Amino acid sequence: MSTVKKKISEVDVATIRFAGDSGDGMQLTGNQFSDNTAIFGNDLATLPDFPAEIRAPKGSLAGVSSFQLQFSNKDIHTPGDDLDVLVAMNPAGLKVHLGDLKDNGMLIINTANFTPKNLQLAGYEENPLDNEILLEGYQVVKVDMTQLVTTALKDSGLSTKIMVRSTNMFALGLLYWLYGRSMDSSIEFIQKKFAKAPEIVDANIKALNAGYYYGETLEIIKTTYKVNKAEFKKGKYRNIIGNNALAFGLLTAAERSGLDLFYGGYPITPASDILHYLAQYKSFGVKTFQAEDEIAGVVSAIGAAFAGDLAVTATSGPGISLKSEALGLAVISELPLVVVNVQRGGPSTGLPTKTEQSDLNQAVFGRNGEAPMVILAAATPVDCFNMAYTACRIALKYMVPVILLSDGYIANGSEPWQIPEIESLPEIKTRVVNKKNGFAPFDHSNKELARPWALPGTPGMEHRVGGLEKWDESGHVSYDPQNHQYMVELRQKKVDIIAKDIPPAKVFGKDNGELLVIGWGGTHGALRSAVETAQDTGKSVSHLHLRYLNPLPANLGEILVKFHKVLIPELNMGQLSNIIRSKFLVDAVSLNKVQGKPFTQTEVLNKITELVEGA
Amino acid sequence: MANTDTQTLTRQDFVSDQDVRWCPGCGDYAILAQVQKLFPDLGIPKEKFLVVSGIGCSSRFPYYMDTYGFHSIHGRAPALASGAKLANPDLSVWVVTGDGDAMSIGGNHFIHVIRRNIDMNILMFNNRIYGLTKGQYSPTSELGKKTKSTPMGSLDHPFNPPQLALGASGTFIARAIDREQKHLGPILAEASKHKGTSFVEIYQNCNIFNDGAFSELTEKETKAETQLVLEDGKPMLFGVRNSKGLILEGSKFKVVEINSKYSADDILVHDKGDKNLAMLLSEITYNPELPVPIGILYQESKPTYEKMMMEQIQESVRTNGKGDLDSLFFGTNSWVVE
Repeated sequence: MSTVKKKISEVDVATIRFAGDSGDGMQLTGNQFSDNTAIFGNDLATLPDFPAEIRAPKGSLAGVSSFQLQFSNKDIHTPGDDLDVLVAMNPAGLKVHLGDLKDNGMLIINTANFTPKNLQLAGYEENPLDNEILLEGYQVVKVDMTQLVTTALKDSGLSTKIMVRSTNMFALGLLYWLYGRSMDSSIEFIQKKFAKAPEIVDANIKALNAGYYYGETLEIIKTTYKVNKAEFKKGKYRNIIGNNALAFGLLTAAERSGLDLFYGGYPITPASDILHYLAQYKSFGVKTFQAEDEIAGVVSAIGAAFAGDLAVTATSGPGISLKSEALGLAVISELPLVVVNVQRGGPSTGLPTKTEQSDLNQAVFGRNGEAPMVILAAATPVDCFNMAYTACRIALKYMVPVILLSDGYIANGSEPWQIPEIESLPEIKTRVVNKKNGFAPFDHSNKELARPWALPGTPGMEHRVGGLEKWDESGHVSYDPQNHQYMVELRQKKVDIIAKDIPPAKVFGKDNGELLVIGWGGTHGALRSAVETAQDTGKSVSHLHLRYLNPLPANLGEILVKFHKVLIPELNMGQLSNIIRSKFLVDAVSLNKVQGKPFTQTEVLNKITELVEGA
Repeated sequence: MANTDTQTLTRQDFVSDQDVRWCPGCGDYAILAQVQKLFPDLGIPKEKFLVVSGIGCSSRFPYYMDTYGFHSIHGRAPALASGAKLANPDLSVWVVTGDGDAMSIGGNHFIHVIRRNIDMNILMFNNRIYGLTKGQYSPTSELGKKTKSTPMGSLDHPFNPPQLALGASGTFIARAIDREQKHLGPILAEASKHKGTSFVEIYQNCNIFNDGAFSELTEKETKAETQLVLEDGKPMLFGVRNSKGLILEGSKFKVVEINSKYSADDILVHDKGDKNLAMLLSEITYNPELPVPIGILYQESKPTYEKMMMEQIQESVRTNGKGDLDSLFFGTNSWVVE
């Protein structure tokens, strides 16, 4: 085979998506391309999207699994809106995703799966590969990947069924070629992952190579692309998924505070990976306890907190519902506890694998009685590290339970992470006491209103805590009317004073003007990109992203009055918007989306344009 | 680590400064007195005791003990105690719960802590009634129990607590009675010594809402006939002057008189390590034809959860070295920007 000389085109940014059946290995393929992209030196953001069913009906529209990433030589914040390249491994993947491909975008299709049965499952009456009108305006690359892979592996001695499993590596190899990449990172990955089965290592590497060389010899693709390295600050980097970053944040806080990390939890999508990661870190002394249910998950953590560990539980919305009563116990017993909610579409079981931000009300209001809790929200995959660390720091310093909100999008998405110097992170102070004199378990006489943390096993400090109302200082059970009022107000103050310990809200752009876009959590990327674009076209728009939702930054009110309009885009029906409206009496405009998907930059930009041009 | 103070601990060291607020005549007083009497004799430093409870009359217990204590939420004491024990395996953890707390709202935690065999002692005060909510039937109330919530009689079959514990692979299962102080103390001492989850069901009289529930077992006139005091390696004799005993007929117990036909040697000998026997003994719970067994029904030695957990941590440190954040973070797929 002779290779064909290709033109190399330099582009600033590219968005690609792998789409296929749940069993086609699209997530692995996407993650491989992402890691490779990160190591190459691009900035990137990813969007994995997969069905809740482990094995959804094969070939069906419901069973489509996809992985999108945008990569660039510039600082980017989202996985991109429209696609430059779509890889469709089957008819269902084509049907679901073709609409997102740009005009003249590249459509790479594995023709092998376009069988009558799969076409029917995808709802195609005729084969779209024969439909010139449908495919018009795209650079269509039809490849029988399956056939090429089985041919490449014909001497491997493997069964056809096993050989076919490597087809995703062909697609990966082809994309590596298209963007002029080295395949080393994936070869290393394959060697490690299948170390116990050399024949599988061999098959996957051969399939990868087959895809790469196919690109070289293929005449249809006349141009390959090059996205140059982005500029990063000096330092050590790795690509990281949000849930992994969150687990690292917890682990780092445990190391810095000198405490053992205790994690009590029950498996739930999309939070389970936090448990999986932590379970690997036993050499750090991490204790992971897979409890019998969500309630035992949080209650065991409360027990561990009482006994002196850095106690954490993580779950998703339905799990928080079950934990609510116990969260009230953590509030009234004033124990340090970190509660992570990786939000997903609700209500009830809702959309387990899809993202949403609809548990803010639950975090703020979801307990009986007056039970205020500190609430933080991570904005990006990398920010999950920072906010997990901060959640631990606040819980330990103030002796309060802290809720950390993440969501399915940032939990599963990845981006490059500059690995911090551990020593440069803020110090973590605990309230552990061992001085017997003057000990009172509910002594709040310090500016943080934190009670002492007297750990069981410490002589002379025996005391009781529990869910009943208690006297200030002594902690004895009390039904005294005045004392109850005092304690309710005290628990509110304990949260409020933390406003002094969190960074003031920072505006991206001018600190006054026509429109302020306020967001929280995983919408950061879409909001920032939309605001940047609007600013580039001369619009008077700024962005403020909240990481601290209770208490809110102390300067928020002052900022709000400096803008004519406020827009609050949320993946819910207006939960932060209600809080801002009621707290600051601002006539905020909402942009709400509840489709299980993040905002696109365009959706936000359109709303900005509507508000600013309509002014 | 032995604390020298343990030598001098007395009952008074475990009495808190809080007024005890159970109803006068409640069986809980007797159990509290036994526990306060027992703790100084266990050779455990005072600061290492942790008493955890859920919700219900019995669950006020921690407030009356001058130890570390946690009055948690309804049914969740075993989960809270599990977390505390895993955080600090050095603690002597005691869970005080009731039949509603442990068998109803907390049923799930009850079976799972037992299955895991986390080292703690669960004292379940069983009065077969809801006391704190003023007199509804409980999951151990007998079928047909007439209460405020069941004026025509309850429709649910009761749980058999020792059998439930056995079904959950319990490693220490015992029964005692509030009024039988001399029997209760040593059983609690054995429970404390046992490595793993010890479950002690304590029959306890609620003199307000279910008075006399166990009177046949506790009244002088009847108790010789109705109690079967189990002792490991001893024949299962009961009745006035041990005039009766149990033998096996097929796979069922039969009561026989000790006379010319049967001697004490013919009577079945209790073996607390025999799970099948324990199953048969637990089956007696609601059988009016047979005496109610008290004492240790079953005991076996199994590794505790926390021991295995700590071993995994040590094993991981041995294999991988003590965890280092820098190398973990920089481990894979990383690069340096100069």
